[in-house]
Amino acid sequence: MMWYFLMSDAFTFGAFLISYGTIRFSQNFWPDPNVVFNAFPGAGHQNLPLAFVSVMTFILIMSSVTMVLAVHEGHRSNRQGVIKWMLWTILGGIAFLLCQAWEWHHLITGEHAVLADGKIEMIGQTMGGNPWGQLVDPAAAQQALAATPPKILAELAHEYPKAGVTGTPKDVSQLIAMIDMEQLHIREKGPIAFGGYFYGITGFHGFHVFSGVIINVVMLLMTMRGVFDRRGHYLMIEKAGLYWHFVDLVWVFVFLCFYLI
Amino acid sequence: MDHQHTASEVTFHHHVPGPENVKRIWKIFWVLLIITVIELGLGLFLWATDFPSWLDLAIKGVIVILSLAKAFYIVSIFMHLGDEIRNMIMTIAVPLMLFIWFIAAFLWDGSSYKNLRNKYDKHFEERTTEKKDAGKH
Repeated sequence: MMWYFLMSDAFTFGAFLISYGTIRFSQNFWPDPNVVFNAFPGAGHQNLPLAFVSVMTFILIMSSVTMVLAVHEGHRSNRQGVIKWMLWTILGGIAFLLCQAWEWHHLITGEHAVLADGKIEMIGQTMGGNPWGQLVDPAAAQQALAATPPKILAELAHEYPKAGVTGTPKDVSQLIAMIDMEQLHIREKGPIAFGGYFYGITGFHGFHVFSGVIINVVMLLMTMRGVFDRRGHYLMIEKAGLYWHFVDLVWVFVFLCFYLI
Repeated sequence: MDHQHTASEVTFHHHVPGPENVKRIWKIFWVLLIITVIELGLGLFLWATDFPSWLDLAIKGVIVILSLAKAFYIVSIFMHLGDEIRNMIMTIAVPLMLFIWFIAAFLWDGSSYKNLRNKYDKHFEERTTEKKDAGKH
């Protein structure tokens, strides 16, 4: 029955991803994933496209391998082996969830300069706003700076300080002169649907990872208490394994649709 | 719960796997890892270069095919579907064929909506079409 449940789950994920594809195909512009996902914990403003998501993908593939090894030990009714590999699998699942938490937090709270209504705003990647539109040409950006509130200008001057310009600015034009325009890439607002789909689908996948971790913890406890030894087979480990591999399988497509193309 | 060992969906009683099974698992791990690295390389390549759009699309097509290969390995080896009896495989695989229509129809729909909008809403087209002079970053 697990297989048929997974098939129905595949249709749910498929419908989500296809709906995302439909919206994406209906837009003239869509943000480049290499621009959106370029941060790494502790690397500051460094541009490292796709680096962090590669780590997440590696963690998930790795945990799929440890799961299949647990199933293999189950076939051989080797309790210690099952316990060892289940522990690694659970650890991998938790590590993946922590990575996702960091990624979401970074996207939501990391603010980027966008040009809207002739002035510059700072917005994060949320359900209601997308800072990854098209690049604004330098002339329009300069014009927008003049209309931007000093509070945001000060923030920009702090984030992107121009080398060699120091001191306390006396007026707005001096404040603008302190901003390194080479570093600051001002964009227009991007398609709003991006946030909803990204958080919706990766969130739904993350929820599957979370429930997979819970299932695996239950299986681990049952193994440790010798339930499967008494039952004579480790069938439940195999079923939990199917679910866990499915989570990895879905990630293959989430990774494809949001990060690669 | 105790009746489950009679369920036919399970490969459990087929054989007791030995070390060659573990070998196969690690082999598939390396296959998946290498495919992923190639995919990432192609993804970064798309970003670093400025190809005509048809070539971009062709590279994306290659990435999609590689992902399908990964999906095949996970389902067939890790999930052991390849070891099941043929009829069981078919009850899973045949309904999934629906995706072929599903994907084609809906992507077509999205793209047709875009074309209609560009045709009748010039403001939308002008506002959202990629500008030639704005550089890639």
